[in-house]
Amino acid sequence: MSQTAERPRTETPAGAEVPAIVLDHVNKWYGALHVLRDVSMTVAQKERVVVCGPSGSGKSTMIRCINRLETHQEGHILVDGVELTDDLRALDTIRREVGMVFQSFNLFPHLTILENCTLAPIWVRKMPKAEADDLAMDYLRRVKIPEQAKKYPGQLSGGQQQRVAIARALCMKPKIMLFDEPTSALDPEMIKEVLDTMIGLAETGMTMVCVTHEMGFARQVADRVVFMDRGEIVESGPPARMFEAPETDRLKLFLSQILRGH
Amino acid sequence: MASATTSGSIARAPAPSREKPPANLVGPLAWLRANLFGSWWSTAVSLALIYLIARAAWGLFSWGVLHAVWTVPQAAAGPDSTACRNAIGTGACWAVVPEKLRFILFAFYPYDQQWRPAIVVALFIGLFVVSANRRFWRKELLLIWLATLVAIGVLMWGGVLGLSYVPQDQWGGLPITLILATFGLIVAFPLAVLVALGRRSTRLPAVKMICVVYVELIRGVPLISLLFMASVMFPLFMPAGVDIDKLLRAQIAIILFAGAYLAEVVRAGLQALPRGQAEAADALGLSYWKKTAFIILPQALRLVIPPLVNTFIGFFKDTSLVLIIGIFDLLKAGVTAVADPVWQGFGNEVFVLLAAIYFVFCFAMSKYSRGLEREFGRSRNR
Repeated sequence: MSQTAERPRTETPAGAEVPAIVLDHVNKWYGALHVLRDVSMTVAQKERVVVCGPSGSGKSTMIRCINRLETHQEGHILVDGVELTDDLRALDTIRREVGMVFQSFNLFPHLTILENCTLAPIWVRKMPKAEADDLAMDYLRRVKIPEQAKKYPGQLSGGQQQRVAIARALCMKPKIMLFDEPTSALDPEMIKEVLDTMIGLAETGMTMVCVTHEMGFARQVADRVVFMDRGEIVESGPPARMFEAPETDRLKLFLSQILRGH
Repeated sequence: MASATTSGSIARAPAPSREKPPANLVGPLAWLRANLFGSWWSTAVSLALIYLIARAAWGLFSWGVLHAVWTVPQAAAGPDSTACRNAIGTGACWAVVPEKLRFILFAFYPYDQQWRPAIVVALFIGLFVVSANRRFWRKELLLIWLATLVAIGVLMWGGVLGLSYVPQDQWGGLPITLILATFGLIVAFPLAVLVALGRRSTRLPAVKMICVVYVELIRGVPLISLLFMASVMFPLFMPAGVDIDKLLRAQIAIILFAGAYLAEVVRAGLQALPRGQAEAADALGLSYWKKTAFIILPQALRLVIPPLVNTFIGFFKDTSLVLIIGIFDLLKAGVTAVADPVWQGFGNEVFVLLAAIYFVFCFAMSKYSRGLEREFGRSRNR
């Protein structure tokens, strides 16, 4: 723990607490392709970070390294003070603490909405079924779709599915939530309902790392915006500063492209 | 003319509701017109085919019913098949069926004890029917299977509970086919799932290697050669005095062979599953085996029900290859039945019976799998 406390790169004051996530000089290659270049970043407890950047910039890869859906080859990643290694027990602990929401929802199509939500609490947290059902209904109410509990994912709209995916992750009572472009696969009219759910979640004080191009969301919710390009972190800072006074040309270019697109 | 007037009057009537399509688009006549007599060319082909089918059907009817010999007189020396011999070429001799049915079904199983294999066949069918019903898919089903399989063993072998002992080389007929197919597939299937998972393993290269070698090696040789190896070569490798029952050796050969084929079918299902499913399970913290049991396999296996059942049906019939190493399965018993001098030359009738028995089992499997697909399809889509 002392090792992490010493890190000088903490950009937001985290007090004496262990940072939620520490990436320390992380490098990753796909074959010869260098996809993460010396990425270092610290996310404090309850901090909300939005990661943006052009496609292929490594932002999804980075977020997927945090719960080891991808492995990094150099550097260290610590989640809640526990280092990610090949040690399966550490990995189990970390995955219980970290929830993830995917671009393509990835609900389990053969299970009902309720079963999607209760599977992990029952089999990973060893929660009794009745308790898990109550918990799941509670979160489904929070994402405003309790009436869909008995349906299958295929019967729901994209926005509803993504809200279920958020509820499913929350049922594991994670300390940290990762969002990997949660609204990119949605029709425009459904983006808002998902963003509203995420804003509601941010208000509860959840630590969040969110890869998204939704700049409105970033402004409203993020404590900090991290801009990545070509596998490295180019610039980071509070959203207002990032959007109004970008320092690097690459961020300026990116912002102009994003704004033109909207 | 009349129809023209009618349609004219309808056209003038106030906006008729068109909930039903016009009569000339539905019904059997419309179907005939659309599919068989749509053009001069298809009319000609249809007529030619109808003629051929009618001729074949008439020929079959004439042979199988009209000119068939249903019974033969029983002389003191045994049945007298002269009537049948006179009908060769014109009519079937169904008299051979009741005469030889018990031999075809049970072969050399002691005649007075044949109620035992008869019960075994009934138990197998009962087991299939119960297992097919999804309402019974509970843990208790496993116990039912175990109990039934023990009962089947007791009935076949005997030697306990006052049943006389019947050595395995006297077993034969339908029970052998059902034993080989049922045990073969229920053991081969889990084996196949493990091999398919092993073949896709990225963490255990040694396991992956073994699985690949197993599948490729077994797939690369004909089942017959495996059966020969099991029956002829295998005993050579065993120390003297160790004698593994021939049926068991054939059974193991079938399990290994079916396992390799089923493994590839299962692997196809695993590959068809989007990667996101495994990632979502990982992200929730499910362990490898829980992820496999709750997320991966239920979806992967549903995807491959048609090819799985295809393989099952293939192996049900392939069990008949054991006749080559002298095991009296259903087919071999049928072939042997018409070796009797009295009934020589009436193979066709017996083969029709055998085909019917195989068909009933295979068609039931096929029908059931379509039902399963529909049921799973309903829960997936809307």
